[in-house]
Amino acid sequence: MKDYSALSLLKNALNKHRGWKHAWRETTPKKNYDVIIIGAGGHGLATAYYLAKNHSIKNIAVLEKGYLGGGNTGRNTQVTRSNYFWPQSCAFFDRSLQLYEGLSQDLNFNVMLSQRGILTLAHSHHEMEGIRRWANAIRINNVDSEVLTPAEVKKLEPLINLDCRFPIHGGFVQRRGGTSRHDAVAWAYARAASEYGVDIIQQCEVTGLNIQAGCVTGVETTRGIIGGDKISIAVAGHTSILAKMAGFRVPVTSMALQAMVSEPIKPCLNTQMLSPVIHAYVGQSDRGELVIGGGADVYNSYAQRGGIPMLEEVISSVLELFPSFSRLRLMRQWAGTVDVTPDTTPIMGKTPVDSLYISGGWGTGGYKAIPAGGETMAYTIANDHPHPLIEGFGLKRFESGALIDEGAASGVAH
Amino acid sequence: MLQITCPYCGCRDELEFSFGGESHITRPSLESSDAEWSDYLFNRKNPKGIHFERWIHSFGCGRWFNVARDTVTHEIHDTYKMGEAKPKLAPNMMIRGGN
Repeated sequence: MKDYSALSLLKNALNKHRGWKHAWRETTPKKNYDVIIIGAGGHGLATAYYLAKNHSIKNIAVLEKGYLGGGNTGRNTQVTRSNYFWPQSCAFFDRSLQLYEGLSQDLNFNVMLSQRGILTLAHSHHEMEGIRRWANAIRINNVDSEVLTPAEVKKLEPLINLDCRFPIHGGFVQRRGGTSRHDAVAWAYARAASEYGVDIIQQCEVTGLNIQAGCVTGVETTRGIIGGDKISIAVAGHTSILAKMAGFRVPVTSMALQAMVSEPIKPCLNTQMLSPVIHAYVGQSDRGELVIGGGADVYNSYAQRGGIPMLEEVISSVLELFPSFSRLRLMRQWAGTVDVTPDTTPIMGKTPVDSLYISGGWGTGGYKAIPAGGETMAYTIANDHPHPLIEGFGLKRFESGALIDEGAASGVAH
Repeated sequence: MLQITCPYCGCRDELEFSFGGESHITRPSLESSDAEWSDYLFNRKNPKGIHFERWIHSFGCGRWFNVARDTVTHEIHDTYKMGEAKPKLAPNMMIRGGN
């Protein structure tokens, strides 16, 4: 698999780039698999990869109703960070960031991780106190964070308007945070999993789950019935629909989370910047576009398109922070269907149905969790009990009351 | 922008309203099990298709009411007062593909 290198680039350049192989195999479904994963987004593909790599389970199908990485994996704003609050969240998301730090080497695919720092702003005395508590909690959990004065914020982001409508009182930065390239992450996991023999089957929608005596035995799809000893659901916004097929309910609300990019300009932002209170974040892609996002639209939606009121709120917030951006034009605006849980912590692990596993409820922040999500779900599926890092993330927490109320999950105040 | 017809004030822009989640949820009895209580507190239908939901006319009359809205097209099929029964909608409107 190590065929992407400077040398191979040179060799293929001499051959007018006609020698490249397809990154993954096109396959048709077999009758039976050891593991079927529903959803070829980042989480599903990473789960397949780590099942093959760490647990030697290679007879795997990843089923995708649309195209690979075409859901939330290709719609998010690529923020890669681990500045959470609770110990369970910090441990899990920092494991994910650590895997991101070695991912390009591990998968022989440049995921363009850029640890430019994630800067979180505070706009009042009280919010600054909250930021100090948050930043210190992160440090206690062995993750990096630094509290900043307004002058230090200005030094990091010279274009920022400190005296905006809600003046900036300071902030904090996680310097290991930043961005990476979401398509590359999906393609890299797909290529690496395919190399291990995993079948990636696109245009194959699951329409039903076959369950016998409380144990899942296979799936009905638009391309026929496929048997599976173990089945895992990784479908983001459609988590409720797959759970309904399996006969149980989940505490999930699907909403539209939108994002947008400006026309490309010269480098002007140094960090990935985020303001929880005025509900906006902005960073600059390697192509020079400003990538802008904010809160989810307020009502249930499976539409994959955002509403005008939230768009206006997000844009006006960003322009208040960076008045100089007002001359830019937006090139694109889109939305993903995010599955939000009551405590904004994901739902991972076993389900009420035997041999059926779930990785969902990622809400507005699943992208950064892809490597650790895949690694821990692979362990959970292979051993039929939750990986230690995700023991607290199971469905049972809603019954026991042991919620992990992670306000830092979305980074913005929902 | 949604145009929502408040049963008391008439048709107004979405900006005047706040969303209150799924409607017609009945609180279980005090003798309910942890599982039933958790189902009541947290689990939601979250349908792909018609959703019966609560809205409040925050910048208007300030009253709660119900809306039957499609979660894919966002089309509003009906609005009705609290305490009124769900409107009868054609079965093919209730469920979308993949549901």
